[in-house]
Amino acid sequence: MSQPLLSIQGLTKRYGETTVVDNLSFSIAPGECLGVIGPNGAGKTTTIRMCLGLTAPDAGEITFAPGGAALRMPQDALAIKDKLGIVSQFDSLDPDFSCSENLLVFGRYFGMKDSVIRERIPKLLEFAALTHKADAKLSELSGGMKRRLSLARALVNDPQLLLLDEPTTGLDPQARHLMWERLQRLVQQGKSILLTTHFMDEAERLCNRLLVLDHGKKMTEGTPRQLIAENLEPDVVEVYGAGALELVNAPLKALASRTEVSGETVFFYTQDSKALMNALTEYPNLRTLHRPANLEDLFLKLTGRQIREDA
Amino acid sequence: MPANNPSLFRAPRISMRWLPVFRRNLLVWRKLAIPSLVGNIAEPLITLVAFGYGLGALVGQVQLNGNAVPYILFLASGSICMSAMNAASFEALYSAFSRMQVQRTWDGIMNAPVQLDDVVFAEMLWAAFKSLFTTTVILLVMLALNISHSPMLFLALPLLGLVGITFSCIALIFNALAKGYDFFTYYFTLFLTPTMFLSGVFFPRDQLPGIMRVISDWLPLTAAVELIRPLFMGQWPAHGLQHLLLLVIYAVVAFWIALALTRKRFRG
Repeated sequence: MSQPLLSIQGLTKRYGETTVVDNLSFSIAPGECLGVIGPNGAGKTTTIRMCLGLTAPDAGEITFAPGGAALRMPQDALAIKDKLGIVSQFDSLDPDFSCSENLLVFGRYFGMKDSVIRERIPKLLEFAALTHKADAKLSELSGGMKRRLSLARALVNDPQLLLLDEPTTGLDPQARHLMWERLQRLVQQGKSILLTTHFMDEAERLCNRLLVLDHGKKMTEGTPRQLIAENLEPDVVEVYGAGALELVNAPLKALASRTEVSGETVFFYTQDSKALMNALTEYPNLRTLHRPANLEDLFLKLTGRQIREDA
Repeated sequence: MPANNPSLFRAPRISMRWLPVFRRNLLVWRKLAIPSLVGNIAEPLITLVAFGYGLGALVGQVQLNGNAVPYILFLASGSICMSAMNAASFEALYSAFSRMQVQRTWDGIMNAPVQLDDVVFAEMLWAAFKSLFTTTVILLVMLALNISHSPMLFLALPLLGLVGITFSCIALIFNALAKGYDFFTYYFTLFLTPTMFLSGVFFPRDQLPGIMRVISDWLPLTAAVELIRPLFMGQWPAHGLQHLLLLVIYAVVAFWIALALTRKRFRG
């Protein structure tokens, strides 16, 4: 791997007795899209805040090397932020401004000249598919448009690394697909991205590499395919309907390498789905769903199925 | 203390990045300037007319340092200081809180290379600027009403700017502590309203009973009134330097505390 753009070593953050980020290390290569997935409260947002110098870590190092010299948090915070683009979980767009004004005002925070920003605005609006809304007030924008404006705003300084905290949460499928398409375009342009998400299809589609985070700890890390192959059986058969739960103790259980029960459904994780499906024909009243194992299975295996208290 | 957990009371670090934050507020205000101007100056002018001409007819003249002064002049010179105080306080409380907490404007700004210190400094100057704008318009109305035409009134403007700064700094302390808008009601009713009556805006301070008088001597609004009122009468203020110093000390100390408390609020 080439020299990483962002590298994080032994990052730790405690609030009182609770350790929210626990000795976390990872790095992002230039042009790479790293997905950080984890349940609510896993430490994703805290990690991003520490990368921005907004939260002081209790231990660990954050180094950013945009070609040549290595910059360190927190002493080089401003120099680092000069090269970053941020889309935070909650929109912080200015409600009093039009789309263009939002971009202009934000560019000034980077010390950019108005003439330079004004030249970039049409391109940014085009990228965000908001050209027709250039002078529209924020209240006239849909949720998807606001998120795309947030993304355009994060690009005003032509950053090398984008930190995106759940950029598609709350969007409808159309808006989400448009956002994905734009993010893929950015990766093609050579931008590096750190993306947090709950959506496994999003992570699988966009990210070169994934990091599963839970209770502030790194559970595993790798490419999506690699993670599934290493941690899971190739097939899953879900069985539900009256009497499904009794299958857990039936002889056909031996055909699965692992079974799990969630609510009224039994999950069989298997190397040999054919034999299992044949055996299940003995139970015509039960309904089955046969599918390849996916990232969601991995996520649930690593972080558990139970609902978190704070979720 | 570890290096990555510096003291909240460390010296302010101000860079020129406060300017884009100030300009952001200016751009919002330019869109709303006319309606907000009406709101800002209507209330002080109504007070002036009602008390000045209404009460002034009963009171006639006020004895001030041995001179008889028309009540409207006495009131106008005091109430303009009160307007500076109120305008700055309102902006640094309700409006700053909206930007800090409700709209998350500050969070957005700090995603860019702008420090919290610069944001707080910009908000302070912004509230002072709005206060100065309000008092300038009120002063023009007073000139038009021919309440005073002393050439020394030109000196009143920079002093009113300082009064705005002092009260912005104090208000930002309470902004940093606020959980919601309700908190500011306490500040207005428990601090600003008594200040208004104790600082010689409506009646001469020598009428105050002993202990009140002592408190009054140390209030920033008293210093403002003592500095600005004589200018309306074409006189130099007595103990001008002392009052000036009091305002500056209030401003510096309050800004320092406000910044420390705001840093605490944002230290996640």
